[in-house]
Amino acid sequence: MSTFLGIPNAPRGVGHLRGTEPFPVAARKALANTQLRRNLGRATTTIRAKRAAVVAELPDWEELRTAGEAIKAHTMRHLDHFLAELEAQVTARGGTVHWARDAIEANQIVTGLVTATGATEVVKVKSIVTDEIGLNDALAQAGIHAYETDLAELIVQLGKDRPSHILVPAIHRNRAEIRDIFLREMKDVDPGLTDTPAALTEAARLHLRRAFLSARVGISGANFAIAETGTLCVVESEGNGRMCLTLPETLITVMGIEKVIPAWRDLGVFLQLLPRSSTGERMNPYTSMWTGVTPGDGPQAFHLVLLDNGRTAALADETGRQALHCIRCSACLNVCPVYERTGGHAYGSVYPGPIGAVLSPQLTGIEDNASLPYASSLCGACYDACPVKIDIPSLLVHLRARHVEEAGHRHRLASLASPEAITMAAAAWVMASPARFGAAQRASRLGRIMSRGGRIRRLPPPLAGWTAARDAPAPPTQTFRQWWHTEHERTEHERTEHERTGGGRP
Amino acid sequence: MRIALFVTCLADTLFPSVGKATVTLLERLGHQVEFPAAQTCCGQMHINTGYQRDALPLIRRYAEVFRGYEAIVVPSGSCAGSVRHQHAMVARRHGDTDLARRAEQVAARTFELSEFVVDVLGLEDVGAYYPHRVTYHPTCHSLRLLRVGDRPLRLLRNVAGLDLVELPDADVCCGFGGTFAVKNADVSTAMLADKMRAVLATRSEVCTAGDSSCLMHIGGGLSRLNAGTRTVHLAEILASTRE
Repeated sequence: MSTFLGIPNAPRGVGHLRGTEPFPVAARKALANTQLRRNLGRATTTIRAKRAAVVAELPDWEELRTAGEAIKAHTMRHLDHFLAELEAQVTARGGTVHWARDAIEANQIVTGLVTATGATEVVKVKSIVTDEIGLNDALAQAGIHAYETDLAELIVQLGKDRPSHILVPAIHRNRAEIRDIFLREMKDVDPGLTDTPAALTEAARLHLRRAFLSARVGISGANFAIAETGTLCVVESEGNGRMCLTLPETLITVMGIEKVIPAWRDLGVFLQLLPRSSTGERMNPYTSMWTGVTPGDGPQAFHLVLLDNGRTAALADETGRQALHCIRCSACLNVCPVYERTGGHAYGSVYPGPIGAVLSPQLTGIEDNASLPYASSLCGACYDACPVKIDIPSLLVHLRARHVEEAGHRHRLASLASPEAITMAAAAWVMASPARFGAAQRASRLGRIMSRGGRIRRLPPPLAGWTAARDAPAPPTQTFRQWWHTEHERTEHERTEHERTGGGRP
Repeated sequence: MRIALFVTCLADTLFPSVGKATVTLLERLGHQVEFPAAQTCCGQMHINTGYQRDALPLIRRYAEVFRGYEAIVVPSGSCAGSVRHQHAMVARRHGDTDLARRAEQVAARTFELSEFVVDVLGLEDVGAYYPHRVTYHPTCHSLRLLRVGDRPLRLLRNVAGLDLVELPDADVCCGFGGTFAVKNADVSTAMLADKMRAVLATRSEVCTAGDSSCLMHIGGGLSRLNAGTRTVHLAEILASTRE
């Protein structure tokens, strides 16, 4: 397994950080799905417009972004300190903190905690991080059924599907598809169910209410954890999260270690940045916060599982660690022209889109997600949209370099280089000398043989992908450098002639 | 002012008319342009594909070749973007702080063409004449790396005879992305399809931009469809006159 400075990555064989095929292969299938393209196009266009409108309302939006970036950078630099503070505060207020090195340990801890209560059902909210570690599979193996209670997560779960968006996990489904899933998977559902949003929501409400009222254990993720008081925070739109967080006797929160923030005053910054960036709302409908255990009110047992799973490896890369600043708003997905056309499944990880392309490879080791840093045209729209100013294009370029360096190291051990590495080295050798460059340009004019009417319709590999859908220009009869040379030779010649005939310098 | 043209390897090899137009324009505006023959490539393809070590000699060459000039003019937002935003970063990543410092100095004097004309020369009307219906695609790196804003549009609005039509969803990437177009050819093509749809909706004869690479991509797609719209670099429009 590829590691950075010898720090372990997220283990293979557990969780959902790796796809089964490289991005270009998975993307090709997604591109062919016209319904998916239409759903994604409509959803991302709508949410982009909403976001732009509410962001424009704030005169200090750029200052807020800068503050968000600074808080995150400071927190990452002192993560050890803030995590220890968080642990101390949660413990002092009646909670129990568990440290999970990776997905396997986290699943063991959570499964053990649920089993100890004797419960066979749990209700869940804010499930990305538990999806990252494959918790539902681990619970199922222990005979425990997990109810996803976020409406979109529920649709994904019932459809035996994978989430395709951080914020709107069922963005790839339309109403008719959701109705079909509900009719197929929900017992006691009204067989006359229509596909109006109200009817679908009502069906989900009836389905979930039974689970809410009977579940003894709730499992959640977290948006923020405030170190100074040990307070956890979840923001959501439906209120189902609040049910999960308040009704069960036992609450287990699984949280990536990067979610800690130092103080309450920092939360004020993020609660302005997050809803506007994610749902395009000034404030989300439900913001739940809890601190340890309150006797006689809410869960009487609270467990916080702090998850590493490759995050320390990301932290060790001073450039790459910016990816840990992410507050999971998904603004970068909604503005990404690649994501808009492929959807989230093509990325193979629970973290899709531009942020996924820089986060997933760092969690797993780049070798296991080597196609993701290349799944971008580097257009930069994600950087402009990011509420904490993560420079995703530069991170992609950085991770591409790490990929090439690490692959080069492996290849050197095997005494062979990839065809691409040879091409790049050859191109660099040519470009390192104007004489060689000129010779290569003259050679490229051989391309004229392939051209008709000034265009080339078919090129050999590796450029065949270009001419699959586009013509290539035929090389001109004269390069710029040749033109310049002849122009200035001639000018020089004319000047000399002029002088020779006694005309003096012009 | 001592002005050098960095023509870019792509324009040099495949689109010499863009380099010639840049020279024509600047000379018409009363400036002498030099073309240092030792120039080759900015190394962006290497950097963006992950081959930074291979790019280092190209970064060193750029800093050396253009050291003595007051202004280096580039008819490409992308290559100017690489010089300004990547050269020093790559040098620093490889521990060459001296090169990083020199790269920063030369980067500060490197201008994309529309920046140079509007900001350095202080001109918005360059006296051009181009009697065609034209739409303008703001390329990603000119827009989001260099922040050229509406400078190219201001220049185009002052071209006599030119009928400028707004491009729908103009700020969305055309899907070129360098080796992205080859490594992710299918996604690139899907993005191109939407860009072509927007271009064709304007019923323009000409789609222009400040980057030969993006124009090669859009133009290659339009040519394949025999769509009846051609691509022309901004420099070529600004260089055109009644004569």
